[in-house]
Amino acid sequence: MNIAVVVRQVPDLIEPLEIDASGAALDLSSARFIVNEADDHALEQALLLKEAGGGSVTLVALDAGDVDDTLYAAAAKGADRIIKIELDQESPAPQTAAAAYAEAIKPLNAELVLVGVQAHDELQGVLAPLLAAALNLPYVGVIRGVKAEAGAVTACKEFPGAVMSQMKVKLPAVLGILAAEQPPRYVPVSRIRAAMKTTQFESAAVSPPAMAPALTVKRLSPPAAGQRAEILQGSETEIAARIAGLLAGKGLVK
Amino acid sequence: MSAQDIVVLIETQGEGLADISLELLAAARAAAAGTGGQTVAVLLGQDGSRYAPQLSAADRILVINDPQLAAYAPEPYTAVLQAVVAAEAPRAVLIGSTSIGWDLAPALAAKLNAPMVVGCRAIAVQGTALAVTSTFCGGKLTADVEVTGSPAVLMVMPGSFRPTAEAGKAQVEVRPSPVAVTPGAITFEKMILPEAGDVDITQQDVLVAVGRGIQQKDNVELAEELAQRLGGAVCASRPVVDQGWLPPTRQVGKSGMTVKPKLYLALGISGAPEHQEGMKGADLIIAVNTDPKAPIFDVAHYGAEVDALELLPALIEAVGAGK
Repeated sequence: MNIAVVVRQVPDLIEPLEIDASGAALDLSSARFIVNEADDHALEQALLLKEAGGGSVTLVALDAGDVDDTLYAAAAKGADRIIKIELDQESPAPQTAAAAYAEAIKPLNAELVLVGVQAHDELQGVLAPLLAAALNLPYVGVIRGVKAEAGAVTACKEFPGAVMSQMKVKLPAVLGILAAEQPPRYVPVSRIRAAMKTTQFESAAVSPPAMAPALTVKRLSPPAAGQRAEILQGSETEIAARIAGLLAGKGLVK
Repeated sequence: MSAQDIVVLIETQGEGLADISLELLAAARAAAAGTGGQTVAVLLGQDGSRYAPQLSAADRILVINDPQLAAYAPEPYTAVLQAVVAAEAPRAVLIGSTSIGWDLAPALAAKLNAPMVVGCRAIAVQGTALAVTSTFCGGKLTADVEVTGSPAVLMVMPGSFRPTAEAGKAQVEVRPSPVAVTPGAITFEKMILPEAGDVDITQQDVLVAVGRGIQQKDNVELAEELAQRLGGAVCASRPVVDQGWLPPTRQVGKSGMTVKPKLYLALGISGAPEHQEGMKGADLIIAVNTDPKAPIFDVAHYGAEVDALELLPALIEAVGAGK
């Protein structure tokens, strides 16, 4: 099975998020970027399908920031081809990004396109179903686990309460991956370094139509604090004693 | 129908309505009061009429019955919803940030070339625009968004609106599908229920919850020891389950379980909105996270800004032999 996987960079939420001078956008120059976690699972799922049934895995990513590190790691994990999309926009609207990815993916004639179901910086749209619409392919998301069969895959869609809906998906199709059947594999630095010497990135120049969603982000801000917790101060031992006292007061510990 | 109406996609869960459906109706009533339109509930299924009595907050209840809609499949649901919304031409469509919503809302926006906002928590009418407040980036940012296009497709975070006691006209209109409903390339095969035998975390008084901050699988044992001493169980946020360190039956949040224990001790959990959705009803929430800006501190009663792994041994010792 020939599989295309979309991989995006997202701001690392461990680092402080800065808002730019306009007050309505993230200051991308101050953000540290990491691979979108769900996309990492999409790559893992693609590699598992390839290992089980053959075929190829082609990674598609927008050429932005330090995406190369992510792409070399993907090559070291086993991606066969890596295509960087040249797009002259720093933060394209999801609809524009979907059109750009679609333009790069169409010539691949992939039977299956895997995308993370969500990226935490999505506000004005969700890439995976928008990409499916741009490719005119069927889509189902929130998928945890995919198995291949002739001309189709079986995908499990997750619902609350650890309930799954098993779906049969005739190919070609786009799936929004929540989690792969196993955690994304670890790849040692030595293999990434080796991949840096041997991997040739391909380039796709795209020209998606300008998308102008009828909305405007007026302001970004940290969320207004709700009740805000009472912060316990002191050393770990002192905090532990405070918590034990709180629990004793509630009859939760002797 | 009116260009000022607010349409709500109703979802069911098990044999009843999903909580989000009544929350969406409340949001829609408030928005419709501002636009001067009606609240229109849309139910897709095989026999949606039986849920109509619970949808009294709506002015109109459109029940679209078709055997092909008995189980959720994305293509027929999208096609029917698109046809209904196109015919109603409302000001906005409210869809829950749910497993189904994540399929349908973006697909609907794409088909209708409509503006869409993810993570909506508040909706107000400002003249010809909708003023929408959303959270994103794991709950670390709030966005104020002005939506001028119609229909606005708004994906609403569960728990953002309280169900209303207000009643609408609740006129029920049962219709066949406005478009031919045929199986698509994606078809439902079967539901898979969680394996029996694991701890039912929804029935526990004490939950020790672990998140990314637990760092590795071996450290879950420390949380297990603490939970054991407290007479409770260990549960987790999604990244821990995705790593395979705990089974999906232990996951708390949007795609996991909703829990209301007497104690929820969150260790190394940032508290994204999707996680809060499953635990904010706990009687006592104590959160431990090194990030002072972690959203978990907004719902916790007590917090400690320290490394959960360094606190755990001290906590195990402090609670002693336990209950």
